[in-house]
Amino acid sequence: MSATAEATVLITHDVGLHARPSVKFTKLAKSFPADVEIALAANGPWFDAKSIVKVMAAKAPKGTVLHIRANGDGADDAIRALIDLVQRDFDEDAGHVRSA
Amino acid sequence: MRIEGVPASAGYAEGPLFDLGRPAGIYATKASVAEEKTSLEAAIGKAVNRLAAMVETADSDAAGILEFHIAMLEDDALSGPAFASIASGEPADAAWRQALDAEIAGYEASDQDYFRARATDLHDIRDQVLRALTEGGGGPAPAGAILYGEDIAPTRFLETDWSHGGGIALKAGSTASHVAMLARSRGVPMVVGLREPLTAVAGIALLDAEHGNIVLAPSPAEIGSFRQSSSAFTARQGDARTFLARPAATKRGTAVRVQVNIADPRDVDAIDIATCDGVGLMRTEFLFGKTLPDEETQYRAYRKVLEWAGEKPVTIRTVDAGGDKPVPGFTVEEGNPFLGLRGIRLSLARLDIFRVQIRALLRAAPHGNLKVMFPMIATPEEYESAAALFAEERVALAARGIAQEMPPLGIMVEVPSVAIAPEAFTGVAFLSIGSNDLTQYVMAAARDNAAVAHLNSVRHPAVLRLIGSVAAFGRETGIPVSLCGDAGGDPAAIPSLIEVGLRDLSVAPAQLAMAKAAIADVPI
Repeated sequence: MSATAEATVLITHDVGLHARPSVKFTKLAKSFPADVEIALAANGPWFDAKSIVKVMAAKAPKGTVLHIRANGDGADDAIRALIDLVQRDFDEDAGHVRSA
Repeated sequence: MRIEGVPASAGYAEGPLFDLGRPAGIYATKASVAEEKTSLEAAIGKAVNRLAAMVETADSDAAGILEFHIAMLEDDALSGPAFASIASGEPADAAWRQALDAEIAGYEASDQDYFRARATDLHDIRDQVLRALTEGGGGPAPAGAILYGEDIAPTRFLETDWSHGGGIALKAGSTASHVAMLARSRGVPMVVGLREPLTAVAGIALLDAEHGNIVLAPSPAEIGSFRQSSSAFTARQGDARTFLARPAATKRGTAVRVQVNIADPRDVDAIDIATCDGVGLMRTEFLFGKTLPDEETQYRAYRKVLEWAGEKPVTIRTVDAGGDKPVPGFTVEEGNPFLGLRGIRLSLARLDIFRVQIRALLRAAPHGNLKVMFPMIATPEEYESAAALFAEERVALAARGIAQEMPPLGIMVEVPSVAIAPEAFTGVAFLSIGSNDLTQYVMAAARDNAAVAHLNSVRHPAVLRLIGSVAAFGRETGIPVSLCGDAGGDPAAIPSLIEVGLRDLSVAPAQLAMAKAAIADVPI
């Protein structure tokens, strides 16, 4: 069963989609069979959400409205899980935000 | 996988392989695109493994950074451009550097501080892989490593720390090379003339320098039997050590003098003079390194050894440069150096240099029991010329009021002309057979050429017959005869040497115990 899903989420984490959040984000994306991509605007450019190199290259700071789209098996689940991760500030507690 | 070779210094070594040929920090380019790809894949894998090992012990902040590096390295999007460059002919190191530098430039161009700061991580990631690509060459070998390559320079041998074991495995090389000589005197296991080239493999290798082979990627069974042979060898050496303190004698009690060969004055620091009958050969080539040694340097080196030996004789050989022992500013380039201007021929052609050594020897003589011998003597005239120079320099020193003494002057027997017709040399004080050179000249087999190593045997009847006739000449005339080649320390050759009449051998210090043990087994 093939499906396409798309959604947006506001990045509230202090330094954005940075190194450690990117590791978590791409790991989670890779757990779904669907192709997943992210963008900083609705019209792209789109980056492979399973590649940490691409996700980092998107350079999404705090306050960015992140566009996520998925295509294929479990597309909806993938979008839901990833949005949830961003909304949970990547499970990093506030006191733990570091500059590096 | 087992590769056969020729044992050059007996012993056993178990350890990682270390490539002698690869200089430090320089990537060794591979023969094919496929190998370049494999090389980069392996380096990335190595970097990831190292980071993963570090994560184990890191705190959560550090682990976060390390996991980021691992995730980047495992992302094909990072290495993709590098593999594309390799496919178009770039070597792995340049391809990786270019790909990462492009990525780094992207981070550095960011207007956000946070992302700009990630450039440092990218630099780190780049360098971890470059390090994995280039490491293993140059620099000192890790402790206990087996050094392998085409050949090894004597300086490389000397700067290596052998105190934690290790060994040498060479594709070329010779059992009579200087390094082989050094290896025997230090007890470093060494195999030369390996039949197949060695390529680096992970894990340990087993070097059996008693029988002459090396096993790569050994099985547990191979390791087990190797360790058995190794302990048996060590036990035999231990047994031999009990012979060390006693004077050497054959089974029937015939006394045999056993002296030591040394190269560097510092060699004596590790030898107990009570265990040997003196120094049968002190080489002086090692003083003639990058620059020619002045009189004072030589005097101090000779005096040190004489004082160490006390009453016991120290036989110093005048410089034997040339042949396979070039000295910048002294030796000449020749097409056939073993048959050219070497040994006494060179010294007599360069009197300015020879006279310095003669003066140093004359001045050192009062400090012990010095004997001096000339290498590569072919005719009595050469001996007479050299002896005349000693007399001249002695008179000149005496005239200046400088303490000196004329030592007994002898010759090496290594050119076949001397061994065949020794009666021309009734005037010399002693004869010392240099079995390495005598053998190579009798057998016409260069001793630095592994391809003819099988011909270089002192036990060939022709060589033994010559040694026997020189020993007989010595008995008839009362001129002392000794032997200072490698054969003197070779347990397999010792019975033959004693059988043909020798009673005075000079051996590498590491062979002293084994030689005495071997002599005790000779049924004469």
